Parts: sequence; structure tokens; C-alpha cells
Amino acid sequence: MSDTSKTVKTDSAEAAKVGAGAAEGQTTVAPSDDPTAAPVTVVDPRLLVREEGFKGYLTEFKRKVKGGELGSLPVVIGLIVIWTIFQLQNDRFLSADNLSNISYFLSATGMLAIGLVFVLLLGEIDLSVGSVSGLASTLFAVFVVNQGVNAWLSLVLAVLTGIAIGALHGWFFARIGVPAFVVTLAGFLGWNGLMLWLLGDSGTINIPSEAGPVHLLGQSSFFMDQAIIGAYLLAGLAVVLTLVGNFNEQRRRKAAGVPFRPTSEILLRVGALGVASFVAAAVLNDSAGVSNALVIFLAALVIVDFVLRRTTYGRQVFAVGGGIEAARRAGINVPMIRISVFAISGGFAAVGGMFFAGQTASATLSAGGGNTLMLAIAAAVIGGTSLFGGRGSVWSALLGMLVIQSIQTGLDLLNMNTSIQYMITGAVLLGAVVIDSVSRRSQKAAGRA
Amino acid sequence: MVHVSATPVLALRGVSKRFGAVQALTDVDLEVHAGEVVALVGDNGAGKSTLVKTIAGVHPIDEGAIEWQGNAVKINKPHDAQGLGIATVYQDLALCDNLDVVGNLYLGRELLHRGVIDEVTMEKKARELLSTLSIRIPSVRIPIASLSGGQRQVVAIARALIGDPKLVILDEPTAALGVEQTAQVLDLVERLRERDLAVILISHNMADVKAVADTVAVLRLGKNNGSFPVKNTSHEEIIAAITGATDNAVTRRAERRTTEAAK
Repeated sequence: MSDTSKTVKTDSAEAAKVGAGAAEGQTTVAPSDDPTAAPVTVVDPRLLVREEGFKGYLTEFKRKVKGGELGSLPVVIGLIVIWTIFQLQNDRFLSADNLSNISYFLSATGMLAIGLVFVLLLGEIDLSVGSVSGLASTLFAVFVVNQGVNAWLSLVLAVLTGIAIGALHGWFFARIGVPAFVVTLAGFLGWNGLMLWLLGDSGTINIPSEAGPVHLLGQSSFFMDQAIIGAYLLAGLAVVLTLVGNFNEQRRRKAAGVPFRPTSEILLRVGALGVASFVAAAVLNDSAGVSNALVIFLAALVIVDFVLRRTTYGRQVFAVGGGIEAARRAGINVPMIRISVFAISGGFAAVGGMFFAGQTASATLSAGGGNTLMLAIAAAVIGGTSLFGGRGSVWSALLGMLVIQSIQTGLDLLNMNTSIQYMITGAVLLGAVVIDSVSRRSQKAAGRA
Repeated sequence: MVHVSATPVLALRGVSKRFGAVQALTDVDLEVHAGEVVALVGDNGAGKSTLVKTIAGVHPIDEGAIEWQGNAVKINKPHDAQGLGIATVYQDLALCDNLDVVGNLYLGRELLHRGVIDEVTMEKKARELLSTLSIRIPSVRIPIASLSGGQRQVVAIARALIGDPKLVILDEPTAALGVEQTAQVLDLVERLRERDLAVILISHNMADVKAVADTVAVLRLGKNNGSFPVKNTSHEEIIAAITGATDNAVTRRAERRTTEAAK
């Protein structure tokens, strides 16, 4: 087989240009008279990554970038650029306190972005998440302060309301056939109106924040009460779980006789994750610790990632995003998937609303308004989830929010006017969508979309 | 020579189908045996697609009977057909571009391991299936989007085989393919026959039909217009049956027989 791979090993970049055609080309290279070479073990030259060692990864990386599979590359570059610019403008930007601020404030909008990732995977859009989050925080405040309901019960009620609102949007979209854009635009306006009506003349409802969910999500609530070990415990947990998961997968793949990730690659990946998470833990510890809001956000990411990649439901979401007709013929209930996805989006919007309430310990007229929606969409798209459906990962909510929140916090540090902030955010969103569109076009050209 | 069992896997007896005022199928008979490839040919509008859709359960029949392995059955919805073991590969392949080959093969019937998608077993079985069919694709882990038309076609056919069907219906599998890719698909059809599956192949391409089919069933204007063993029939005879230039021995004999029976 190694012989074959050497002969097949043409210039990978060139093979990529040929695109799908290369696949036919290489089948002729396969030794058809050799009975030991089962046809499926013939590997596309584009995929002969591991056989080439480090160089293989490099050419694979180049090919991916050329083919428009940018992954998290724009985010990494964006972060470096943004952090450099702001650090040059204000040397407090990369201080532990400011980075800790970023990590706390990104979780609220990040929750909205998680819900949006689901909707974007279907190739649809949910414009109502900002309004729904504002409405949820107001409902929560009304329940707790005006009606005297238990805070946790109020939280559950508010989130359930968000899910119901999302399901309603989904129903109009899936069953009636109204474009999702219009339904959620109506929701954007309507739910914001309901929120304003609920708040009435008072304008703002202050929520007691000594205990309960508002305290938990507040800025002064930290994982394990600021114990130094807390942050390292989280980082260690992430590393150990990833390591165990990867080796488990490798063992099962070896046993089944299918290609598996070599140990060196696993160690490299886990090592990179370990360095990143322990540095983050050290920085956060240097400030005050890991905020509970961030911990909940990260936990939500892990759970949702699992649902999307490892469950039948997640596979069905991707299938509907990739081809409705194919999904329908495979027996997938397309309307149900659509309705449930919008319900999930509404639910996460409501959870995000709780986070906003936790930030200010109040429900205000401006909650969920302004550029909240744009930031959430921008985060999901910047993180690498496509607007065109079928491609993306929930981790884009975290990566995108890192970029977005860095910009927000940086502009605040520089005392920029809201007007400037809006313009810059708009430009960033446009830039993200342009990258998405261009990468999709080059993926098509490279036969990958 | 192909081994042909006595009881057909599927037999249609006097099947008729109307759409409002249009009589799409009139009294059509068709038999498919295990290990036999029946090519269904006919001009545009001859009723090929309608016939296939009645078998696949998309359109229930109005009159006539369907026998499955000798027993009378009713096929009223696609689910019934799938339950019997009929797999249909439509012309538009309906694969998800963003999912990889394994994901597409098992879409809608993912294998689970403690409630979680069992990627490892699915990948293993997919590789086994593809290798027994001698299907050549670069990897089972690349998205369908990066495959060529022919490769997509063989993946779509392989997908139909996941449910272990007894009858596979292929609707114009080579219509959009180049020479080399068509050859791949025809090879695959032969391998289906070797696995003792019954195959109904709809095709416009007479060369393809001659290459892989055992029997050619001709439809014309919604009626049977002869069924020919491929070995002993010339290209021209089939074309004549399709176009209605029916002045040939086979149809004359059939005609004589029916008039005698009428007497």
C-alpha cells in the first residue's frame, strides 16, 4: 500500500485544482490486477495526509485554504489583528482584568449565537432572538418582582416561553410556508412590542440579585467561589476528557479496522488544547476567577456539540440543511426538524435573556435591543457557520463571540461613541458574510460544496 | 447464463392506472425474477415512470394485482414498498451534499451505540459494502459534494442496498453520465445481479440495455408492447417495438395467440 501511495502522491495542490476529476484519474493508478488492494482502500491523493508526515498536513492545509475550507482560520487571524490593534491603542486591553471582562460578557450573546447556529445550519435565519431574549428577561422580572414567583421557577417559565415562541415561528415557517426571514422579522418587532408593553411606564424593573439565578449569572459570581484550583480543574477536565475520548475512538477504530488518528496527532491536538485552556485559566485566575456565566456557556457548548455531531437528531438537522429532498426521502420529518430548530433557537434566546438580566440585575427597555441580534448573527458567521446551511459547528458561537466581544470591549475602553460602535460592528458583520460567500464560491470551484 | 428462479420476485398482472381522464397504464404485465435484470424501455410518455411509481408505492394502482414472491400484496404508499424489500433509486439522486459518504449511506437509519451514532461501525460496514460492490471512491469520509456524477450514482445505488432489498429499481441511472462513469454503473448493475437481486432498469440507452439486461420489457402508450430476451433480440426489433413499428415476428405471434384465445 505504501508503494501505491507513493505513486499516487502527486502534487496535492494540483490534484485539488482538478477537483472531483482527480478522483477518476487516480483510480487508473490503482493496481487493478493486485487482488490484495481492495478498491476502497485506494486513497485519494488529496487525502493522503498522514502518509506524508508534517509536510502532508501543510499541503492539506494549503489545499483547504485554496478550496475555501477556511474553518476557524479567519477567526484566529481576526483575533490576532484585533488584539494587536487595541493593545497598541490602550495597553490595558490585554490585561487580565479586561480579558476576564471579555470572557464574562461574551456568554450572554454567545447563548443567542448557539441557538442561531442551529437555524443557520438549516440555511435559515432567526431575526427575533434579540427581542425574544429581551422579552424573556422582562417576563422573568415580572414573575419575580411583580408576581412574587420563585426565581428558579420564573427562569424555567421564561425559557419555556422562549421555546414556545420559537416553535410558533417554526410552525409558521414549516407548516404555513411563510419565509423564516419574514416570520422572525415580525417576531423581532412583535415580541419587542410585548416587552415594552409589559414594562409599561416604569421602564425598568430591578431584580434582587443576592441569590438565585440572577446572582449566579451576575458579574460577581465565580466558579468554586474564586478558588484558584477551580479554573485549573476546568482546564484539566477539558484536557483529560478530550484525551480519553480521542484514545477511545482510536481504539474502537483500530478494532474495527478503519482509518484512525495516529497517537502523535492526538497528542498534538490535545497539547494545543491544553496550552490554550491552561493559559486561559491562568489569566482568569490572575484577575478574579472563572465566572459562572462562562462555565454555563461552555457546558452548553459541549452538550450542544455532542447533540449535533453524535445524535440522530443532529444528523437530521445537518441533512435538512444539506438537501431537503434527500432528507425527506430518507424518512426524516422535515417540518418537525424545522419547528424544533426554531424552538431551540427561541429557547437559547431566552437563556441569553437570563444572562442579560444577570449582567444588569434588571429588566430594561433596551434589553435585547440595539445591536444584540447583529452581534449574535455575526458571531455565528465569523466563527465559521455558513449562512447557506449545512456547514458549521456550535464552537463558532464561542470563537465568533471572542472576536465580537473583543471589539466591543476594546471600543468601550477607547471610549468610542455608540455611533462608531454600530458602524464598526456593521462592517465586521458584512466582512464575515463576505468571507462566507467567497469561501463557499471557492469551495464550489474546488468541488467541495 | 443467468439463473432464474421459478417464482418471480415481483409480478404485475393486468395493472391499470388512470390520472383523471388520462389512462396512463392499461393492463400491464411485468415479471422480475431474482438474479434477473429487466430493462423497462419505451418512448417518452410510454408509462415507464408511472409503472415504476406504482411499484414504489408513489401511485397506488387502480386495477390489477401485484404479486410479491407469489403472494398477492397491496402497495399503497412508499413505506409498503420499502417494507417488502423494494428499493428505488430515482433519477435525481437526492443525496445530501454536505454529509460524507457514510452519513449519506445511513441517512435515516443511523446505527446507534448506546443511543449515540456509531460512526465506527457505520464506516466499517460502509467500506465492506462498497468493496463487495467494487465501488471506487476516494474515501468514505469525504462529502458527497466532492464526488463526480458517476460516483454519486454508485453511492445512491449503494444507499438503496443498505436496507437489504430484494428488488432494486433504477430510474435512468446512466442518463447524465460520461462513458467511463456509465461503465462503472453498468458494472454495478451486473454485481447486483450476481448478488441475486432482482433489478428493474429504466433506460433510454439501447446499448446499456443490451449490455446488462436479461429481458427487455417494452411499454408503448401505457400498454405492454412485447417482452424480449436480450440474447435473441436485435437492436432493431426493440426499437421497432418502442416506436410502434410492430411488424415483427414476436408481436405477430403474440397477436395471433390473443386472437386465438379470444375465439
